[in-house]
Amino acid sequence: MHPDAWPAILLTLQLATVSSLILLLIATPLAWWLSQTRSQWRGTVSALVTLPLVLPPTVLGFYILLLLGPNGWIGQITETLGLGLLSFSFTGLVIGSIVFSLPFAVQPIQYAFETMGRRPMEVAATLRASPLDAFFSVALPLAKPGLLTALLLSFAHTVGEFGVVLMIGGNIPGKTQVVSTQIYSHVEAMEYARAHALAAIMVLFSFLVLLGLSRLRRNGERVVS
Amino acid sequence: MGSPGFDRVILVALLCGFSCPSATADVTAAVAANFAAPMKSIAAAFEQQTGHKVSIALGASGQFYAQIRQGAPFDVLLSADAEIPRKLEEENLAERGTRFTYAVGRLALWSKDPQLVDSKGLVLGSDRYQKLAIANAKLAPYGAAAREALQNLGLEGRLESRLVQGMNISQTFQFVSSGNANLGFVAWSQVFNDGKLISGSAWLVPEMLHSPIQQDAVLLKSAARNPAARALLNYLQSEHAREIISSYGYSHAP
Repeated sequence: MHPDAWPAILLTLQLATVSSLILLLIATPLAWWLSQTRSQWRGTVSALVTLPLVLPPTVLGFYILLLLGPNGWIGQITETLGLGLLSFSFTGLVIGSIVFSLPFAVQPIQYAFETMGRRPMEVAATLRASPLDAFFSVALPLAKPGLLTALLLSFAHTVGEFGVVLMIGGNIPGKTQVVSTQIYSHVEAMEYARAHALAAIMVLFSFLVLLGLSRLRRNGERVVS
Repeated sequence: MGSPGFDRVILVALLCGFSCPSATADVTAAVAANFAAPMKSIAAAFEQQTGHKVSIALGASGQFYAQIRQGAPFDVLLSADAEIPRKLEEENLAERGTRFTYAVGRLALWSKDPQLVDSKGLVLGSDRYQKLAIANAKLAPYGAAAREALQNLGLEGRLESRLVQGMNISQTFQFVSSGNANLGFVAWSQVFNDGKLISGSAWLVPEMLHSPIQQDAVLLKSAARNPAARALLNYLQSEHAREIISSYGYSHAP
């Protein structure tokens, strides 16, 4: 492995770790709400959460860039708070990755909550558990396979993203260049050997994550049955 | 005792130690993807000569334009066209008077098949190919040049059914290099290296058949006080840099 590859690999792992952990914190309550609510807004919120799945990443990246920029409302808030602009920084990449991978985190958790049904929570209520207590001691443990799937999927998806990070990050070596944008740079510079080496690592990594996921799913089924 | 030369080195080192702590600086250069390979050689030579450090961010020129408008931390832009640096200067995002043409792209008709392309490009009018790859004329300067050349050859309109369009010149090159198109208008710099054709057969389209494909560079506003950024732009115009640029299949502004 060429020494230039390490900063990008490290940044990619950092980005994927931070993004998927924050995603878990955001997606769990969101998925719970979506699975329980009878609100008329359910459809709208659900569609909004799924939107990043179908939008082209460069389009998504472009609009996040505008939002974070000096004329965007997030950019204006961060500038008045003295934080400066978040675009072209690690924080900017994290924000982009969270938006981009949101459906991959919400959907498995929501599915886990929905398949669990209302019964366990009702039983917990008759045992005089408060709703919050029941959520943490009944719902969350039962949804564990869904939570793990969400964590792994959003981690892997962040590692594999390209269009969003290229747009928000600017592909700056050592600062915002991740593995996928470094592969792109190598291909453009006709450094095919180095592109192939990085791409091989990425394929192997993604394969292992998906293999882990299918194991997880099988174990989950065993637990249920 | 050391030689006078050695004393001078120590003197400079001492002076710099006290008064010019930031003598070397970092430059972040946004570079059009098609210029990646020559820029890496030029940056390496520049770093060795000056001690400044160059960080090369590769991307598409249009993407850089959007990013610079949103406050991207780039010091210089090496665009794939002349339009974007001019627009940045107009919008007061680039330093006035720093814009110049660092390279002129050459258009080539290329095939992976070593027999297909003749030295006059006559194959274009023949039925010896099924697909001709061309870059999008609206998005890519090479695409616009290819359209112009077809027009000047009197072939415009006759080949439409056989055209496949790439979003940019890289994609167009990939159509041909993967063999999905037998023939394509690509950048000479993509198929020419170290004084020879990398593979297949090619016709270097004469410059009189299309308007020059100018690639301009400009110093960005945020780097107005970065001496390393200015030094890099000067270095791009040096004799050594021009030699590197030619060896990668570009020509120069007259």
